[in-house]
Amino acid sequence: MASVTLKDVRKSYGDVSVIHDVDLTINDGEFVVFVGPSGCGKSTLLRMIAGLEDITGGDIGIGDVRVNEVAPSKRGVAMVFQTYALYPHMTVYNNMAFGLKQAKLPAGEIDSRVRAAAEVLHITEYLSRTPKALSGGQRQRVAIGRAIVREPEVFLFDEPLSNLDAALRVNTRLEIARLHQRLGTTMIYVTHDQVEAMTLADKIVVLRDGRIEQVGSPIELYDNPRNTFVAQFIGSPKMNFLDHSDLSSANAKALKIDPKAGIFGIRPEHLKPTTAAKALISAPLELVENLGEYALVHMVTESGREMIAKMDKPPKAAAGDMIHLTADAGSIHCFDADTGLRI
Amino acid sequence: MSAIGQRTKFSTVFLPILAWLVALVFFFPIFWMVLTSFKTDADAVKPEFLFMFTPTLENYTNMTENYDYWRFAVNSVITTVFATAFTLFVGVPSAYAMAFNPGRHTKDILMWMLSTKMLPAAAVLYPMTFLTKNFLNLFDTHFLIILVLSLINLPIVIWMLFTYFKEIPKEIIEAGKMDGVSVWGEIKDIVLPLAWGGLASTALLCFIFCWNEAYWTVRLTTTDAATLSKLIEGNRAPEGLFFGRLSAVSTAAVGPIVVLGWFCQKQLVRGLTFGAVK
Repeated sequence: MASVTLKDVRKSYGDVSVIHDVDLTINDGEFVVFVGPSGCGKSTLLRMIAGLEDITGGDIGIGDVRVNEVAPSKRGVAMVFQTYALYPHMTVYNNMAFGLKQAKLPAGEIDSRVRAAAEVLHITEYLSRTPKALSGGQRQRVAIGRAIVREPEVFLFDEPLSNLDAALRVNTRLEIARLHQRLGTTMIYVTHDQVEAMTLADKIVVLRDGRIEQVGSPIELYDNPRNTFVAQFIGSPKMNFLDHSDLSSANAKALKIDPKAGIFGIRPEHLKPTTAAKALISAPLELVENLGEYALVHMVTESGREMIAKMDKPPKAAAGDMIHLTADAGSIHCFDADTGLRI
Repeated sequence: MSAIGQRTKFSTVFLPILAWLVALVFFFPIFWMVLTSFKTDADAVKPEFLFMFTPTLENYTNMTENYDYWRFAVNSVITTVFATAFTLFVGVPSAYAMAFNPGRHTKDILMWMLSTKMLPAAAVLYPMTFLTKNFLNLFDTHFLIILVLSLINLPIVIWMLFTYFKEIPKEIIEAGKMDGVSVWGEIKDIVLPLAWGGLASTALLCFIFCWNEAYWTVRLTTTDAATLSKLIEGNRAPEGLFFGRLSAVSTAAVGPIVVLGWFCQKQLVRGLTFGAVK
């Protein structure tokens, strides 16, 4: 097991800079998730830690060793690829044993490691098959198995669930969480899915355009997003952003909302129905998505912003009827209109 | 409905007939050549004996006894096998480097290699003959023919291998890197097993091109390294008097490659279409 440190890490292709001075410490045994929209540099950063991408500047350390020039296989890391990247011409057994054979481990040791990993991942019966004869989920387990047998100090996952269907994704997500619990190894996981980030991570790193926007535990990011980008990226449905003109001034004053703020963020689940007199926001109903367990109520505010409220029951109102909502003062996030930073 | 009916008739009746006609047009010269090889030189020029004649093996016995067929055939085998092997030996690492570690100028290099195929061979005939004869002392040697056959086929071989290697997902190569495989191990254990079909097609095409090559093998040899192309060339008479003999020599020269091509049709089509046929 090992910690991972990134110090002023940069990456550019010619004149185009894709990673800008990233500083990050990943503690020993931590499960860290890199999350961000596509093109934010999260996969590039992971590949730089793996050694598959050169770094333009800065230092990467794994444990106490600076690994900038160390070959991928010598860094003590194992990677699980989005596309599984199994060797199609080898059996499952040989796929898992290949790296150990390269490291010239004794045959007995290779065999016991492969069988132990196969047992854990329930793929023992497929050991003699080729990847072609496996389903997507089974292939992904083989890919994870290939990483496990190497007994790495750090596991790297590059969007490992993206190619699986929804049901399998939930299962495999759980398996990865269990694996982390059992092995206690440092894991770095890249995803664009904030649900995966929230459920798996000890620490989330939100990236945008090659820069870290915020680092923190899932709940810290949910409760105290540093800016509007993080606020909107974490949480589903997205946080609502409202203007001054959308709020009833008298009730806003009563809730002691910061008058300097230009943007007000309220999560859909924190909006509560109320009477017209007590309403912080009133907006005409656009449509209702009833999911049984809860309902998503869509509205468009006076300033033209789209807004969603998550309610236990759908409101008894028709499209165009006014919906009156309020929220606790503590659940209203205030941001600067120009910088988007939290106030 | 009627349109579909017409199309069906077109594709079931007319198209096969057309295909047979085209095939016959292409096949006829070979058929004629094989037929003629069993005629005497005198019969060969008489139109009335096109199909009706007394077959004879005279041309074939004559060819092996008086024209040293086997020496030419052995030379053809040696130069073709070694040239194919050498071309792949150089082509595989080159294509690997360009497919998996492309540089900024990889595309330009590939285009440049292909452009060498556009150079008219006749333009370098004189320097080649002069240099190999007077300076390098390589004229009419197996080494020279192997080298020349390798060099003229290298661009197309690298292009083909490059295309096949490109089909291998990058992640599999990266997984190999994570597993700590060496460059040679990567080629041997990952790239070649995955591109095996492509490699076989490429080798086969290269073999055929080397075997069929005539321009250089005829001009850069006299006796020692002379291939079957040279034997055919040597039996060509401008007056066209020895059609029987010439046909026998030609049949014996193309025979091996036609048989090889027949058995490897599928691989060949895949090779010629750069893997587009699955």
